[in-house]
This record gives sequence, structure tokens and C-alpha cells, in this order.
Amino acid sequence: MAVFQELKKGVLISLWFVFLTFPVMVIKVDPIARTVTWRWMNALYMAVGTFIIYTLVQFFIKRRGRSKPASTQKEAGSSVIHRLLDNPRRRAMLFVVLAVAAIAFPQLLSSYQTNVMTTALMYVVLGLGLNIVVGLAGLLDLGFVAFYAVGAYTYALLNHHFGLGFWTILPVGGLLAACFGILLGFPVLRLRGDYLAIVTLGFGEIIRLVLENWGEFSKGPSGISNIARPSLFGMELDLHGSIVFNYYLMVLFVIFTIFVVNRLQNSRLGRAWIALREDEIACQAMGIDKHRTKLVAFSLGAFWAGLMGVVFAGKTTFVNPASFTFMESAIILAIVVLGGMGSIVGVILGALILILMPEYLRGLSQYRMLAFGAILVCMMIFRPQGLIANIRRTYVYKKTPNDAQAS
Amino acid sequence: MTSQPILEVSGLTMDFGGIRALNALDLDVASGEIVALIGPNGAGKTTFFNCITGIYTPTEGNVWLTPPGGKKVSLNGLKPNKVTERGLARTFQNIRLFSKMTVLENVMIGRHCRTKAFILGAILRDPRTRREEQDILETSYAMLEKVGLAEHCDEFAENLSYGAQRRLEIARALATEPLLLLLDEPAAGMNPQETIELEGLIKKISREGQAILLIEHDMKLVMSLSDRIFVMDYGRKIAQGTPREIRENPAVIKAYLGEEVDA
Ligand SMILES: Nc1ncnc2c1ncn2[C@@H]1O[C@H](COP(=O)(O)OP(=O)(O)O)[C@@H](O)[C@H]1O
Ligand SMILES: [Mg+2]
Repeated sequence: MAVFQELKKGVLISLWFVFLTFPVMVIKVDPIARTVTWRWMNALYMAVGTFIIYTLVQFFIKRRGRSKPASTQKEAGSSVIHRLLDNPRRRAMLFVVLAVAAIAFPQLLSSYQTNVMTTALMYVVLGLGLNIVVGLAGLLDLGFVAFYAVGAYTYALLNHHFGLGFWTILPVGGLLAACFGILLGFPVLRLRGDYLAIVTLGFGEIIRLVLENWGEFSKGPSGISNIARPSLFGMELDLHGSIVFNYYLMVLFVIFTIFVVNRLQNSRLGRAWIALREDEIACQAMGIDKHRTKLVAFSLGAFWAGLMGVVFAGKTTFVNPASFTFMESAIILAIVVLGGMGSIVGVILGALILILMPEYLRGLSQYRMLAFGAILVCMMIFRPQGLIANIRRTYVYKKTPNDAQAS
Repeated sequence: MTSQPILEVSGLTMDFGGIRALNALDLDVASGEIVALIGPNGAGKTTFFNCITGIYTPTEGNVWLTPPGGKKVSLNGLKPNKVTERGLARTFQNIRLFSKMTVLENVMIGRHCRTKAFILGAILRDPRTRREEQDILETSYAMLEKVGLAEHCDEFAENLSYGAQRRLEIARALATEPLLLLLDEPAAGMNPQETIELEGLIKKISREGQAILLIEHDMKLVMSLSDRIFVMDYGRKIAQGTPREIRENPAVIKAYLGEEVDA
């Protein structure tokens, strides 16, 4: 009886999907020949496909429901990736494979592919930066792109007016963005949850509007072009060389960021961030300075956005306000949420998937964004905790001080 | 009392709009003492804790803390984290653990205000930071052993039983090395067995010289643990004294009987 019920529900859902996708999948209007083709077979495919997917999903949900929910750290963390990362030998092997792949990538693939990958790596770093703010400290920041813009325009303007080089500006851009983070954070971090989200969203828009309208300062919507590419020990590189160089630069950046974020997250400060995300009042009662700790998270995130802004300006050699719309903030946030809040591996995967997928879905032409949206929605339904759920580190401790001295 | 007072509260008053939740309350705790604060529901006991720990800003009144052999410091107007730094640590009536952190990490958070490492220390992991981290681990683990939760150290706090969660809150508060430990209804929701264990734990902590201020409804527990008892009703102190004096105090009997008649 239950099976019959399930089947009936499956059929209804399939019909509903056919109805929803009817205008796109079935009707095809040719405006030049002025004909309408009705592709009824598509409706059938849609129905059968939906039905099969629905049945499979139900089947897996049922099966998972039967097994006990994870109660301890070990069970919760038994995903493939964590098993890989837990074993030192396998981890070393994984790192070697990744390193070889990362080094060989621009040699084996075209400049175009390398460029796309460089962009994806930039979003990895941006995601990891925002992950400090949203994933660890639990501050919903919808204006992250503002700090990215600060970094980019720092380099663009200083290069344009004073001819300063990439490497000089890199730290300046990061620090300036961090300063903006502190300036904004001071008044704003008293707000909670939704209010904070709204104010940061507004801040992001303000920065963009200023850049768009303050012509004398930022050249308005037409932007700043001919920004110098990053140089390699003073050498200027040709276009291909520069693309490859940017790629390796980003690989190093990613490694550096992972290193730093990993250390931060497993430190006294990182624990304080996570605790703040869990319960602010308990945190304060345990002696954590709420405002200071939040401000540090906020400005560290901004710092990374600023660095990436400088890299972005150097990579594209052109910046204008259109690159810093709310959509950017939303994508970076989606990377963090999709990957798994607070999980480094998750954010990396999230960035690679979200940035590379639209590129490789180009084959689907006009359905690209549709497919992109569908995948996001499915993710949030079936794995709301993100691709990789964050598991807390377990610590190695000495049982007693005597043991500690003995060993 | 021959020992010197640690906590002195005088004239503490707290208004919520038109409601006076605390009315000119005086209270003191001496070093090494267990003092109980009792009273019917809604008497203002939790509000009292919130006021002295800086979570609420009292309308009027003074709070002083005196470290042993040190100078008396005022806690008026300090933020909660500063109050904890000065030496008041508390547990919550409605448990407030960091539920998605492990049991050990919860206690490690308690070490926060006694340690220093910051951004650079975290990134560089210099010898000083590593030593500090090791100290955090060892102290926190020792706290867990003290409250009997050592074998659960890697579990998520939310997966602990109710009684264990209350003990974890005590461990977390103890990790801040408080001069005075404030417990808000630590036995609430515990079964008789757990309550007996809790009594043992509080006695053990007290024997180590820890001063404790305890809010509790379980009269048996209060009578057997406390050196002195303060009784509140409607935000006022209605009695104070040793357990025996309190048991025979007509005002207390009236407050409690009155409540039962109403119920
Ligand atoms: N934040 C608040 N806002 C308004 N009224 C409050 C607040 N906190 C406590 N109160 C009131 O103060 C009184 C005392 O509450 P409480 O301290 O929780 O009592 P107890 O802990 O003794 O049971 C109650 O009447 C309660 O409604
Ligand atoms: Mg209470």
C-alpha cells in the first residue's frame, strides 16, 4: 500500500514537472520562419526522467533513514574526503596527486582553460575569506564584494596615477580593505543576523554606486583600463606567459590561504569564532570579547577580499563597477554555503563546482543558468549542511601532567 | 564569619519597564563559602546573576569583588567578558553550551580569558603559542576529569545527557579560574541519582577552596550544601542565615507555603 502511495506521488510530481518545463522543453517558436514546433517527445523524457530520479531519491532517503543518525564525531565525519584526509599516508598521496595536477594543468590545457581555472582559484580564496566571516564567526555578510572592489580599485588607481607595481600594491590593497572592514564593522557588528545582512548589503551597493558616480575619482562606469599585469622579478610577460604566471600565482595564493585559514580555525581565536556563532551570551560569560572577536573575523575576511581584488585588477588589466555587483557577493556566499559552512575542503569544492560548472555547462547554451539553479536547489534540499559538513577537530592530550613529562 | 568577603553586593535594584525585578538587594559571599540563593519562581534570582555578571545593567546598586589578598574592585558597568576576567563565572539555568563543538572544546573556550594568543600567534604557531595551547588542553582535560566527563571529550556537547550537560557547564565555568562560581539551578531536571552525584561534585569543588553562590530549588540539596542561605521573594531579600535559621524563619515559611497554597 505504501509503495502504491509513493508511486502515485511520483507520477504526480512527474506531471507537475512536465507542466513546469512545458514552455521551455516542448514549445519551440521559430520567430524567423514563424512556425511553432511541438516537441512532445521532450515531455515524455521529462516525465520518465523525473519519475526515475524521484524514485531513486526516495529509495536512498528511505535507506538512510533506517541507519542510525550519527551521534559521535567519528560517525559524522566518515565521509570519503575525511577518511582520505585522516590517514596520513593517503593524505600525502592525495597532496602529491593534487600538486602534480596543479603544476601540469597549464602545460596540458589551453590558455583559455588556464584562465578559467585561475578565475576558479580566485573564488576559492574569496570563498575561504568569506568562510572566516560567515562559516566560522557566523556573521552573514552580503557586501563582501565591496572589499573586493576596494582591493581592485586600490591597484587600478595607484597604478594608473603613480605607476606603482602589483607587488607593492598587493599588501596595500589587502590592508586597505581590512581597514574598510574595521570601519564598517565598528558600528555594524552590534547588529545581529538579518540586520547585519541588510546593512552589509547596503554597504556593498554604496561602494559600487560611489565608484559608478564619482567620475573624477574612479572614472565612473567606463572604468580604468591598461592596468599593469603582475610582473615576474621585474620581467614583463607576454599574454600567454602572463596567463600561466597568473595561474601559478593563484595556486600559491590558494596554498597560502588554506595554510593560514586552517591555522586560524584551529587556534584560540578560531574556537572563539565558532563559539560566537553558537551562542553569544555564553561566549561573553566565558570571557570572550564579542565585538573585538567579530571585528577581527570581519576584517580578516575583508583582507582576503582586498588581496583578491588586486589580483583581479592585475589579471584582467581593466576594472569597472560592473564587476562588483551584488551577484558577486551572492556567488561567493553560495560557494561557502554550498561547500559547507566552516569547512575548508568544502569551500574549495564549492568554488570549483560553482565557477567551473557554468563554464562547462555552456554546451547546454540557454539552459545553462537553469541547470545551474536546479543543481543549487537540489543541493540545498538533499544536503543542507553543504557538500562537506564541518567536523570539529579532536585533540591529542596528555592524561596527566606526569604523563606529559614522561613522554 | 572570620574569612574575608569575596563578593559584596549592596542596594542592587533592577527595573524592567514598570516591573521591579530586584529591590535594593544586599548580599555577600566570603571565601571558601557555599552560599545559596533561594526563593519562589520569578523571585528575581536569575536576574540577580544577570546583573552581577554584566549581562543586564542594574538600575542601581554596587557590586564589588575582592581577590584574596588583593584590592576591592567594582564590577559596576563592566561588560560580561570583563566580569568573567575579574573572577565571576557562571552556569545558566537554561543550558547554554556550544552544542556543535566537542565537549573538550567547550571547556577550552573557558580558558579563553586566561590566555593571549592572537592572529599572529595563531598563524605562526610560535613556541609560546604552542605552550599556551598545550596548557589550554591539559587544564581543560583536567576540568573534564574533575566533573567526570573525560571519556566523552570528543563528543558533541549536544549529544550529552541532560545531567552531563549541566556538569559540562560547571567544568567550562571552572576553566575560567573564577574567584566565585555562580550556579543557576544546577540540579534542575536531574534525576535523584544525578542530583546525588552533583552534590558530591559541588562538595569536592568546595573542598578545593572554591567559593560558590548557588541558586537552587531542591531544598534537600540546599540545606546539606550551604553555609548560609539568602531568601528572596518579589525581588526583595526576605531572610538570611544558616540553614537551621532559615528552616525556622516564619517569613520564609510563609513565602513558600503561600506559593504552595496558590499552586
Ligand atoms: N529581560 C527581561 N525583561 C523583562 N522582565 C524580565 C526580564 N528578565 C526577567 N524578568 C522578570 O523578572 C522577574 C524575575 O525573573 P527571574 O530572575 O528569571 O526569576 P527566578 O530566576 O527567580 O525564577 C520575572 O517577573 C521576570 O518576568
Ligand atoms: Mg531563574
